[in-house]
Amino acid sequence: MPAVECSDLVVRYGETVAVDGVSLQADAGEVVAVLGPNGAGKTTTVEALEGYREPASGRLRVLGLDPRRDHRALVPQIGVMPQRGGVYPMLGPRRALELFASYYPDPAPTGELLQRLGLAAVARTPWRHLSGGEQQRLSLALALVGRPKVVFLDEPTAGVDPQGRAELRAVIAELAEHGTCVLLTTHELAEAERLADRIVILRAGQILAEGTAAELARLGSGPAVRFWSRPGLDTAALGAVLGATVTEDPPAAYRAEIAPTPEVTAAIAAWLAEHGADLVELRTTASLEEAYLALVGAEAELAEAGSPGPTRGRRR
Amino acid sequence: MRALWAQLRAETWMTLRRGETLLVTVGIPVVFVVFFSRVHVLPTGRVPAVTFVVPGILALAVMSTAMVALGSATGFERGYGVLKRLGATPLRRDRLIAAKIATVVAVELVQAVVLVPVGLGLGWRPAGTAPVPQAVGLVLLATVAFGGLGLLLAGVLAPEVNLAVTNGLYLVLLLLGGMLVPLSKLPGGLAALSRALPAAALSSGLRAALGGGGPVPLESWVVLAIWAVAAPAAAAVSFRWE
Repeated sequence: MPAVECSDLVVRYGETVAVDGVSLQADAGEVVAVLGPNGAGKTTTVEALEGYREPASGRLRVLGLDPRRDHRALVPQIGVMPQRGGVYPMLGPRRALELFASYYPDPAPTGELLQRLGLAAVARTPWRHLSGGEQQRLSLALALVGRPKVVFLDEPTAGVDPQGRAELRAVIAELAEHGTCVLLTTHELAEAERLADRIVILRAGQILAEGTAAELARLGSGPAVRFWSRPGLDTAALGAVLGATVTEDPPAAYRAEIAPTPEVTAAIAAWLAEHGADLVELRTTASLEEAYLALVGAEAELAEAGSPGPTRGRRR
Repeated sequence: MRALWAQLRAETWMTLRRGETLLVTVGIPVVFVVFFSRVHVLPTGRVPAVTFVVPGILALAVMSTAMVALGSATGFERGYGVLKRLGATPLRRDRLIAAKIATVVAVELVQAVVLVPVGLGLGWRPAGTAPVPQAVGLVLLATVAFGGLGLLLAGVLAPEVNLAVTNGLYLVLLLLGGMLVPLSKLPGGLAALSRALPAAALSSGLRAALGGGGPVPLESWVVLAIWAVAAPAAAAVSFRWE
């Protein structure tokens, strides 16, 4: 039995169809990322699994239970980290954790959780005075205090600095190692790639693709070798050597439309050496980013990059 | 039970540490009792000012806690997504509500412990037959009524709007509720309206119970009982958890 199971989920807000036939599953010990641009239906999907949203149709099971009908039996076994913290602003990490621990039959020791999430030094600082990263870590700690079998994390790394992200990733990896099922959402491709065993790409309420980062990368454009060197190389000459089209876009980034065999990469390296050009980087597989952009549409990604600050990705 | 107890402790701790809550629940009532007992500006006639003021301010104190403090805190918890998050924990909704009610009662006890000695110190002498049981009964009914009103507003309005509306209502009920200004001083139409409000029912009820001016009028019990049923029922129907 998968820990999380969602078949043909449809969720409507009035006339709007937020989620339109999504099916996904996640197993114990697995980290699954639901990836997509803003408004793709990521949060709605997760909130349906948490029991907050009534599906218009579809079948939902978490640990074999219906999230709404079996709500009381399910909540002690799951941990939820909402997009907005949802923590009493006056409570510091220790008080908040002790309060949440009291809700669960067999809570994790709060002192240990504070240590593990790097909150021991700010254990008495009220939530509203914590940094963004500390707030996210406390929010995660509150989701974990009941020793859940399934954890739902909605944009766990939003607004967190790189070091904080690394710490969150370590905790999430540790959870999966101990057999917890983790379902998270993100609108950042790199985060999905680093965090998840499997990625489900959502757009406009529908699943576009699903698989490991490597599997998804292969869905991108055809075989190619990409490399970076100095700008202005003679792409026609290199193309003639390789017997393939070579393009430069943007400057200093090159792409040869040819299968990445060892001979081809050796030929590129040799040609660059002949022309006194450094080889800065070379990728022989298509990148996940390329695949993602091809799937989701470059304009969606651009629109997101233009929106300000850490609040992006919030839906309500 | 463990969850209920922890929730009650956390809610009480938060309530008693919120500066603006302490101001409205304890600070303002104490200032009013002292000021209006010493400075004789209220038209209390032959009745000593303190005899008129203390029951009125006890009524104000109940309204401050059950309506203003409960309502504004709950509104912000809703706005911050706290209530939504609690919905995904094993803390049951009835336990959360029970903890909030118990917190209101705990704060009211703190108010009584502060206000009653201040009143006694100013020369207030409660009179009448069985003043305490009658007063406690009125306060409990009023707590349910005002708590229902506070939650009714907190459950539908945005937190900042709720804060403004709740404080505005507090001021209106303070002026029209017979707490400082006798209802007899209000224009006829307004006085009739006031008598239908829980604030006036509570203040005149407490004044009768504690002042020895005869039994608590039936009207007070009836008006409070109606509000105590209608307000929480309306809140329960309309409350949006997120």
